[in-house]
Formats: sequence, structure tokens, C-alpha cells
Amino acid sequence: MSNDHDHHEQSIWEKYIFSVDHKVIGMQYLFTGMLMALIGGFFVYVFRMQLAFPGAEVLGWGIVNSAEYNALVTNHGSIMIFWVAMPVLIAAFGNFLIPLMIGCDDMVFPRLNRLSYQIFLISALVLIASFFVQGGGFGGAWTAYPPLSANANYNLTPWGSILWLVAVALEFVAFLMGGINFITTLMNSRAPGMKMYDIPIVVWMIVLASILFMASVGPLIAGAIMLLLDQTMSIGFFDPAKGGDPVLWQHLFWFFGHPEVYVVLLPAMGIVAEVMTTFSRKKLFAYKTVLNTAIATGILSFFVWAHHQFVSGIDPRMANIFTVTTVIISIPIAEMCFVYIATLYKGSIEFTTAMLFALAFLVEFLLGGVTGIFLGASGSDIYFHDTYFVLAHFHYTFVPIAIISVFAAIYYWYPKMFGRLMNETLGKIHFWGTVISFNIIFIPLFILGASGQHRRIYNYENFPQLATDGMQNLRVVATMGLIAMLVSQIPFLYNFVTSWKKGKIAGNNPWKANTLEWVATSPAPHGNFKELPTCYRGPYEYGKMEGRKDDYWPQNEES
Amino acid sequence: MNFLIEQASSFAADIDGLIIIIAVLAGFWFFVAEFVLFYFIFKYSRKNQAQSEYITGEEPELVKWVHWPHIAVLVCDIVIIFFAVKVWYNVKQDFPQPDETIRVVGYQWSWKFVHPGADKQLGTEDDIEMIDELHLKVNTTYHFKLESEDVMHSFSIPVFRLKQDAVPGRVITGWFKPIKTGQYDIQCAEMCGIGHGIMGSQLYVESEEDHNKWIQSVNGQGETLSQVQ
Ligand SMILES: [Cu+2]
Ligand SMILES: [Cu+2]
Repeated sequence: MSNDHDHHEQSIWEKYIFSVDHKVIGMQYLFTGMLMALIGGFFVYVFRMQLAFPGAEVLGWGIVNSAEYNALVTNHGSIMIFWVAMPVLIAAFGNFLIPLMIGCDDMVFPRLNRLSYQIFLISALVLIASFFVQGGGFGGAWTAYPPLSANANYNLTPWGSILWLVAVALEFVAFLMGGINFITTLMNSRAPGMKMYDIPIVVWMIVLASILFMASVGPLIAGAIMLLLDQTMSIGFFDPAKGGDPVLWQHLFWFFGHPEVYVVLLPAMGIVAEVMTTFSRKKLFAYKTVLNTAIATGILSFFVWAHHQFVSGIDPRMANIFTVTTVIISIPIAEMCFVYIATLYKGSIEFTTAMLFALAFLVEFLLGGVTGIFLGASGSDIYFHDTYFVLAHFHYTFVPIAIISVFAAIYYWYPKMFGRLMNETLGKIHFWGTVISFNIIFIPLFILGASGQHRRIYNYENFPQLATDGMQNLRVVATMGLIAMLVSQIPFLYNFVTSWKKGKIAGNNPWKANTLEWVATSPAPHGNFKELPTCYRGPYEYGKMEGRKDDYWPQNEES
Repeated sequence: MNFLIEQASSFAADIDGLIIIIAVLAGFWFFVAEFVLFYFIFKYSRKNQAQSEYITGEEPELVKWVHWPHIAVLVCDIVIIFFAVKVWYNVKQDFPQPDETIRVVGYQWSWKFVHPGADKQLGTEDDIEMIDELHLKVNTTYHFKLESEDVMHSFSIPVFRLKQDAVPGRVITGWFKPIKTGQYDIQCAEMCGIGHGIMGSQLYVESEEDHNKWIQSVNGQGETLSQVQ
């Protein structure tokens, strides 16, 4: 990590395409994630139109048949989790923020970092290719349960299902490399004086998430290879006719799949902590509690996976154990929410767009959190499993995580990324449009789920109890909400692009924040700091402090 | 609770009861948390509070505001776990003696139901095999033997609050007791391929009299697939 690479002139090629600079790699992940979000957003537009107006031609797509419908829902889910939430929350912000916030010049392994992005890019291209092969894209749901996913006679997508699996496996490899980098960098490259409890929460959260990811993904990589062998050579790991067991996949998948929820939740909570403390001018309430609850949640998340499988044919006695662990996880999560709310106490809140998004994260995530209890409790999950209630529940967690907190982060760190501020008026239009329409989409889906509407059905006409006018109206409302939400992204995209050249010049520390990234010039140059900073205190020294005129105290300022 | 659909099995009311308990407890925390959150947002806006205080969150008189709710959440969790396990035990672990047993077989993309017929014995001559049609007698305890011929399916009857995945290579036993006559939907709740969206069946819960009439009408004989369709 010496400064040997920061003083020569770089070609555009070197600077933007094959860069080893953590900020450029972070941007590459951010832009790739945003492009993939457009694809995932287009997919949901198409299949929600089909649900609202079954059989009608969808503008920009045409008639949606059932195979296409399945491929659209499957890949919407896969894209939003693996190619949007993970790259943006962990890779983009992890890469961009970790070296800046701990006050060093780059990642410990910059070349590994570049390789990680390149493999990620390949994985995205493989996934996109899977839509265009013979038989079409994979449609067996993002959970890819065998035997359906394992056998082309069942799924009828001989190439789509293989490419989908290869893409997911490559994506895992990319994130393993990124994770190694994040953990090592935090351990070795902190600014002199930065002790454990001086590390900004968002950095902790991204690194904890990387540890969770690395600890949980192993079994699924093994599972993915087994599934690939089943698909291509009919080995039969998951085929009962050959002595295999299809439920084994579900264990491997959810052993990863549940920690994955926290892999994306923790960075989002970290972002919200940074934004909330800055704009309420308050020290984070009980820093150590936040850290401890995050660690507790991470550990507990390894013991809850079978709550996805209560009715999947596991021994029914097991369900009792997993109900206990799952419901208990509400304790650290509730505590974390309480502490975040308490952070606002006696603050002085400024409603910037970033702050609005951070607050909306809490407001919406609370609903996602409490509705999870209906599903974690085995008895009620019998009814709710695989209904729209589940779908609405996890969108009330994932949309705050992958969309709302990400917008908070973009509005907050944009000045550090590009040296200019985003427009606040457009930001507020974007905020209200996004958050209101989000609720218009998913409140009706809770009601539909509670009325027994099951998932992944391209047309409810075959189910008389679900084909009532009342339920169809709710489907139309949800689709209208979706269109409003998609349209609300136009002011954001416009703002994002135009502020780049025309936004107000930000200066180094536009929000009067404490953490070290605000010491670097905006945008931060290659090598980050003119002179590497030293850290003298924790990241959240905000408020009326004795002997200080300012209500903040940057980490690098000598006392 | 007309939020949810009708209750047509003996355990549907138990499951709905659990849902209500959770709704009350979780709903309480949800509204308290949202109320405090919004209260703080307005109370401590820059307009109302020009300068913030320096609070670490480790002051004992403040920590108690997080600590006590945290213990109260634990108590709620224990109540929820207790009722969840109780309901689960009744539905999925403790099967009452059956009056009759049926076979349910999922395959791409239909349900096949084998009814025991007039002799109430499965695996005999007079079994009645139906595609996408299940006939049950009200107030009768049934066991079902659930199988799949190809991929995962999930046998779901919303009015019964019943759901169980069908796993190829296994026979999974479950039970239910219909308590209300009528015609209801049977779903497949697990993604099972391109026909998943059409994999629905109809359930007819009949009075004893009607049920016997139905058995008569199919002649008490094992039906072949072609006759059924
Ligand atoms: Cu889970
Ligand atoms: Cu199905």
C-alpha cells in the first residue's frame, strides 16, 4: 500500500477500465448495479402488467406467456439480490468508503479487487446471455429448487438454467475476493490512532457482512457445483430416483440464503447510521450496542435457515427449534431499531434528501421486521408460506435495504464521488415519489397474501377464489404503484447525470461531518489524501461539547 | 377476521388465532416504535431544536429506555413461540385417528386424488381416482398421503390453512378435518415449471348424503383417467 502508484499520468484506459483504484472499482460496481437495476425494474414492470391486465399486450414486450412470466419473476429476484443489492451495498460502497473512511490510500490487494469486478462483470454478462439462448431464461424461481432446476425435461430451459447457475456461482466468486480485501484492509490499513470503537459503523457493517457472506456461501457453492453436475451429467445428487435428495439443496441454499438477508441489511444499517448522525448532529446512541447487536444478529442468522422450509418435508419437530431461533432474532434487530430511534433524541434534524431516505428506511423497515414474525412462527407460516404475504414482507425489508438506503448513500456521498452536490428539489420529488408509491405497491400485496394468493402465478383466472373483482382491483393498484415508482426514478437519473457537471461545488466537507472521507478533497484523487490522516477520536462526536464552538469534531482534528 | 378467508377445517381457527396474537403483539411494538420515531422527527427538527445535545447513549437513565423495551420484546417473543409451537404441534405433529385416508399425487401440472370409495379402504377395487377434483365428507377426519411424481409441488388449501410440500421420492402424511361444506380452491404453492400457474384443483366438501351420492354417481368403481376427464 505504498504510494508508488499515485504520481504518474494515467491513460483513460488505465484510469477507468482497468483501474486498480478502489474508488474507480467502487464506481464500476455502482454503475453496473444501477444498469442491472434498470433490467430488474423492466422485468417487474412487464410481469406486473400481466398480473393487472392478464393476457393483454404489454407495451415494450408484447403478450407474456407463462414460460416468459416465470423467467421474468425468477430473474427479477436474482438480479435485484445478486446483481443490485450485493454489488451496490457491499462492493460499491465497501470499495469506495472503506479506504477513505479508515484513512488509507487504497485496498490492501488492489489487483484482486480489480479481478473481483471483472469476474462480477462476466457473471452479469452470462446472466444476460441466459435470456437469449434456446428455450429462454431460467424460470424455476430464484431459489432454484431441484428437481425442477436440475432437469431440462422438467424446466424446459436446457441452457437458461445452466447459464443462470454459472452466473450465480461466478458472482459468488467475485464477492469472495472482495470480502477478503475488505476484511484485510480494515485489519491492516487503519489510520494511526483509529481504535476498534473509532471505526465508522458503516465500515464495521460492510466488513461484518463480508464475514457473514464468506462463512455462509461455502455450502451453496458446493451445492451449485452439485446442481451443475446434475444439470449437465445427470449425476443425481438431488434426484431421488438415483438415491439423491432434493431437500438437501434447500438446506444448502437457505443456509446461505438467510444470512444473505443480513449480508445486505447490515451495510444498509451502516449507511443509515452515518447519514442519521450527520443530519441530526447527534452521536450514535450506544455505539457498542449497535456493534454487539449486529454481531449477535450475524451469529444467530446461521441458526434460522429452516424457517424457509417448515412445510418442505423436513421433520416437523425441527420446525419448533427453528421457530425459537427465528423469533429470538427479533431481539437484537428490535434493539438495533430502538437505538437508531434513540439517536434522534435531542438532535437537531435537518431534512436533506439523504436524511429523508435514511428516516424512511427506519419507517418502512419496521413494517418489514414485524411482519417477519408471522412467518418465523411455524404455526402461522403454514398459511402464509409462499403467499404474497411473504413477498410483501421481504420487499418491506429489501426495498428499504437495497433501494431506500442506497439512495440515502448516493445523495450523501455524491459530493465525495464527483465533487458536486445533487439538486435538493429534484431529490425531494424523487424521495416522495419513491416512498409513497412503494407503499401503494406493497400494502395491497399484504392483503392479497392474507387472502390466500400464492406466488409465481401468471394468471389467477384458474383459481375461482382468487379471481374476484376485489382482488383484481388490488392487483391493478399495486401495478399502478409500481409504474409510479418507476417514473419517480426519472428525476433521480436526471439529477444524477446533470449534477455531475452542473451541481453546486461541494468542497471537502459539505455536511460538516466527522469521518475521515471528508478530509480528502472532493472528488478524492488517486491515492486519496495529500497527507494520510491520523485519528484522534470516535466518528460521531456531534452536539454541544464543552469548550467547542462547533457542534462537530472531525476524527482527524488534533485536540 | 374477514381479512383472511373462511375457515373450513378444524384447525383453521387455531391458526387464525395465532395470527391474531402475533398481530396484536407485533402490531403493538410496530405502532409504539413508529409513534416514537415520528414524534422525535417532529420534536427535534432543526426548526424546533436549533442545537443538538451531546449524548453517548451510555447514560444509565437513558439506557433504561432501550433496556426495558428490549426485555418486554423478549416476553412477547416467548408468548409467540409458545402459541406457535402449540398450533404447529396440533397441525403437523399430533395426528388424530383417521376416519378415512386419501392419496394425493402431484405431477406437472395436476393433482391426482385417490379417494377410498364406499368401503373407506385405500388400495381396494372401489378406489376413486380423480384428476383436479377432491371430494371430502364434512366433519370427517382424513389422513392424506402426499407424493410427487416429478418436481416439488406444494399441496395448499387456503380455506383449511393447510400447506405441505410434495417431495419426489417421499410419501408425506398429514391430516385435516373439513368442518364446512362448499366448493374451494386447491393450489400448488411451489414453483413447478411452466404450468405452475394452471395447477389448480377444486375441493368439494359435501354432507354425508351428498358425498354418498357422489360415490354412487361414479358408480363405486375405480375410475380410469379417461372416464374422469
Ligand atoms: Cu430466512
Ligand atoms: Cu406448482
